[in-house]
Amino acid sequence: MPTTTAATSAAAPPAPDSQERITAEITAAHAATAPGAAQPRIDFPPYRSSALRHPTKDPRHADPEGIELVAPVFGHSDIDPVEADLTIQHGGEPIGERMLLTGRVLDGDGRPVRHQLVEIWQANAGGRYIHKRDQHPAPIDPNFTGVGRCLTDGDGTYRFTTIKPGPYPWRNHVNAWRPAHIHFSLFGTEFTQRLITQMYFPGDPLFALDPIYQSITDRPARERLVASYDHDLTTHEWATGYRWDIVLTGTHATPLERAEHE
Amino acid sequence: MSETLAPTPGQTIGPFFHDALPYPGDSLLVPPGSAGAVRLHGTVYDGSGAPVPDALVELRQADPAGRVPRVEGSLRRDGRFTGWGRAATDAAGRYAFTTVTPGGADGGAAFFAVTVFARGLLDRLFTRAYLPGESDAFLAGLPADDAATLRVLRDTRPGAGTGAGPGDLRFDIHLQGERETVFLRYPRHAFPRCGR
Repeated sequence: MPTTTAATSAAAPPAPDSQERITAEITAAHAATAPGAAQPRIDFPPYRSSALRHPTKDPRHADPEGIELVAPVFGHSDIDPVEADLTIQHGGEPIGERMLLTGRVLDGDGRPVRHQLVEIWQANAGGRYIHKRDQHPAPIDPNFTGVGRCLTDGDGTYRFTTIKPGPYPWRNHVNAWRPAHIHFSLFGTEFTQRLITQMYFPGDPLFALDPIYQSITDRPARERLVASYDHDLTTHEWATGYRWDIVLTGTHATPLERAEHE
Repeated sequence: MSETLAPTPGQTIGPFFHDALPYPGDSLLVPPGSAGAVRLHGTVYDGSGAPVPDALVELRQADPAGRVPRVEGSLRRDGRFTGWGRAATDAAGRYAFTTVTPGGADGGAAFFAVTVFARGLLDRLFTRAYLPGESDAFLAGLPADDAATLRVLRDTRPGAGTGAGPGDLRFDIHLQGERETVFLRYPRHAFPRCGR
């Protein structure tokens, strides 16, 4: 067995938990949470790493002001268009199912988030990250780093070409496997809209078992993280197509303030 | 208010973001040694007081005159002050930015707006790091112990092993525990209550 890292050994549990126990805890946590919660519970015991890393006090209400009303601005000087294609970053073709991934970034009022940065990272087709701390004994793909960036267009649309990531094991409990996912990092027009999340694939059999996905206790809210297969996006003899739209929280600036900033 | 769409939920940043989100110069909002440059640094702690070596801290701020930058170029700075940066914590849970001291935007108190992500943290957290001596209605409305968690300290002597020097700004972040940092909820943010 690979040795555990310093980060996980600090509070080393006596015996690893079974999936049955984790699943029972997920069921109990869902039952104990009011329905309709739109965001994950940050105190979610089945995700063991959360135990000491979530605030125990309710967050304080604050009206955003000044700097909090303006997101950082990114533009064409920040990134190269080829960063949106994760399959051409090396000398050869990565292994796996080539896929196109697109969707729109909207704010909570349905307005497109235009010309804003989208960052993604993911495992390769075998479920292995390039990251030095990933010890899953699946092969590294020398032609796949799994990192991409793009700007949304004038309609809030982002587009990536990548490889469908594989599921991978982790050490939350015995035989723990993450559903295949792509990490997304998003900005809105306000600082308050910052979002990092994970996109999943439809029909994944690991959904019910995964404490990270299940930390969103409301089923419709969870399902907002699942992309849809789109055959119109799939291209002949080239790549499958998936579509996933992202909705950030609402903005606070008045229409006049927004007009001044645009 | 117009129709409100249901937001996409957040998820943890996980352990594997280091090849994706950090980039050269991410934490250098201004070049080290440039006029007015100041170091803002701190440690992210968990509820047991242990440092968090896999957190990411993002910073948003005004310039010294209190102007809010709306210029691109944070990823390739090229001398532009964009008022935004990010810093991953190191093996000892420490982060550091080189930046300028912000003025208060729109006549308000001067603070850094801060976002925190970490493995084990299921959604991002927002907070404020107020410059020494600054206050406003929000800070004044907090119990003293809570308000203290939002105040930037000015180092008076070199920090052992941290590279910090006199005049540096220090802001530690406690995700949990006795000195738990006050985190913010803005209007229009959902926040599920613990059911226990």
